[in-house]
Amino acid sequence: MTMARQDIGDICFKRALMVFPYLVLLIVAGILLKLVIASWDSILKFGFSFLYTSTWDPVVEQFGALPFIFGTLVTSLVALLIAIPIGLGTAIYLAEYAPRRIYRTVAMMIDLLAAIPSVIYGLWGIFVLVPLMRSHIQPFLGKYFGFLPFFQGPNYGIGLLAASIILAVMIIPFITAVAREVIAAVPPVYKEAAYAMGATRWEAIKTIILSYGKPGIIGGIILALGRAIGETMAVTMVIGNNVKISSSLFSSGYTLASVIANEFAEAATKIYTSSLMEIGLVLLLVSMVVNILARVLIWSVTEKTSPQAALKGV
Amino acid sequence: MLKKFLTLIAVMTAAGAVWAAPVLINGAGATFPYPIYSKWFDEYSKIDHNVQFNYQSIGSGGGIKQITAKTVDFGASDGPMTPDQMNEAPGRIYHIPMVMGSEAIVFNLEGVKTGLKLTADVLADIYLGKVTSWSDARITAENPGVNLPNESIVVVHRSDGSGTTYIFTDYLSSVSSEWKGRVGKATSVNWPLGLGGKGNEGVAGFVRQTPGSIGYVELAYAVRNGLPYAYLKNESGNFIEPTIESTSKAAEGVPIPEDFRVSIVNSSNPQAYPIAGFTWLLIYKDMDDHVKGEAIVNFIKWAIHDGQAYTKDLLYAPLPAQVVGMIETKLTHVKY
Repeated sequence: MTMARQDIGDICFKRALMVFPYLVLLIVAGILLKLVIASWDSILKFGFSFLYTSTWDPVVEQFGALPFIFGTLVTSLVALLIAIPIGLGTAIYLAEYAPRRIYRTVAMMIDLLAAIPSVIYGLWGIFVLVPLMRSHIQPFLGKYFGFLPFFQGPNYGIGLLAASIILAVMIIPFITAVAREVIAAVPPVYKEAAYAMGATRWEAIKTIILSYGKPGIIGGIILALGRAIGETMAVTMVIGNNVKISSSLFSSGYTLASVIANEFAEAATKIYTSSLMEIGLVLLLVSMVVNILARVLIWSVTEKTSPQAALKGV
Repeated sequence: MLKKFLTLIAVMTAAGAVWAAPVLINGAGATFPYPIYSKWFDEYSKIDHNVQFNYQSIGSGGGIKQITAKTVDFGASDGPMTPDQMNEAPGRIYHIPMVMGSEAIVFNLEGVKTGLKLTADVLADIYLGKVTSWSDARITAENPGVNLPNESIVVVHRSDGSGTTYIFTDYLSSVSSEWKGRVGKATSVNWPLGLGGKGNEGVAGFVRQTPGSIGYVELAYAVRNGLPYAYLKNESGNFIEPTIESTSKAAEGVPIPEDFRVSIVNSSNPQAYPIAGFTWLLIYKDMDDHVKGEAIVNFIKWAIHDGQAYTKDLLYAPLPAQVVGMIETKLTHVKY
């Protein structure tokens, strides 16, 4: 006998379980559909120009999403640039070097970071981070790196850089949590093989663990990026809410999520509301595009550097 | 055991249904009058135990949207409804003024205290981005003896849609034709420059923390946060301090239309503070529910008389007697 006996209970259980994935798909499709329907007025009026126009004027009802797309992408990417080394470094330290007790304490603290509500981060940002940015961090960056266009311009403390730093703090736990599980899951056999070949600790980590764990780590990074793109309250409290595009990280900006949070409750006319819904649609699409690009990246990277590929001699 | 439990639940529900007799009245709208409305609802429920008010301060635009959709029994707004918005409503909506408020121009300058004198055109040009430094000749000219640093002006405005913004942009539109043409007046506008703070608290927070900044907040926020504010030159040429008295003066001796949808910025009264406004309760002329309608009208009658005694502590200006009389007349037309 090769198959377990299936009675009516098993079949019902399986069918019942199958409902849930389809339900999730239905919800996602429903959200997308609702957003499209609600933004229809705005889509008809502005067409594709909505995506590359920079005016946001509720009085004359001219709306364009470019500054918000710019703000969302810049803050999320800079946040990732800051969070990846810190998150990954923490995960490697915890999984490979840390004594048991430190591992447990630090891991718990990092998980707590993920549980802190967004508004609290925003308040911390306003009262702690922004004054620090204004008095120490930004002047330092302006003095030594001011030749780069990113660190020029007037220094208010609030702005794209402050928002990026808060986002980085918020997404580090996601990267760390996923990465340390992935690193811990690397079969010891590979590590022992590396040491047997004479690899140092760092070489073992670099060649075996990071390449074996790449899909999982990049998955964690995508998760973190998704959080960063949609993050609203913390960002809107420190970004300055200024509809503009600038090459400097010191300048204030605006994100897709922030403009919806700020203006939706008061948007009284049809086109205004419809444009804000279209911003929501754009946000959803930006998240999806970033996700797809990241998965393509994983696929192409793992093809080349997986242990299996190494064995094939690629 | 289960039977006893179910019986207990049934009895409690029945008791609750009988006991919870008070009429629940839902309202939503402007954030600006939220403190005084809260106080009023609290005091009024001590007088009339049969009504309970529930108010959500979601913003003037939200209040207009919800009363139009009839999801609430009354709305509240700092900006009057436009003719288009009034046409969209399924019935005739009355604007009933409840209190008056004013907006202080707060700033953050080392060593400069409350009393900095600003003229209307300078304020408009600051928000247009044409006056960029505190040491600009047009500011120093009005303030001899004040040590104005050569710092750039950091403009702060509201990021969210708001009645406060409506009143402020209404004022700027009436004193600057360039502002009127380029930006206009609304609860949310395309600001030429500046940082956006969320809510009055957000603006007050930014101004308090950012040296060289200037912003507009309801007077209560300026006073309670200890922020220095400016004296503005009004239509008659006098520099007026924003106070409860100068706010009330903005509606005294000024023609008030019988539908109350009037702007009182830049008032012609020589002692009036120029950035002042009414905040209105929005109710339908013909109420659907007799009990709720009666409760709302009785509440308004209380608020415009006895309720006005609570306004000064919370830094709102009470309604002038003339306006109170007009409201009483108006209320007689409300059917419930």
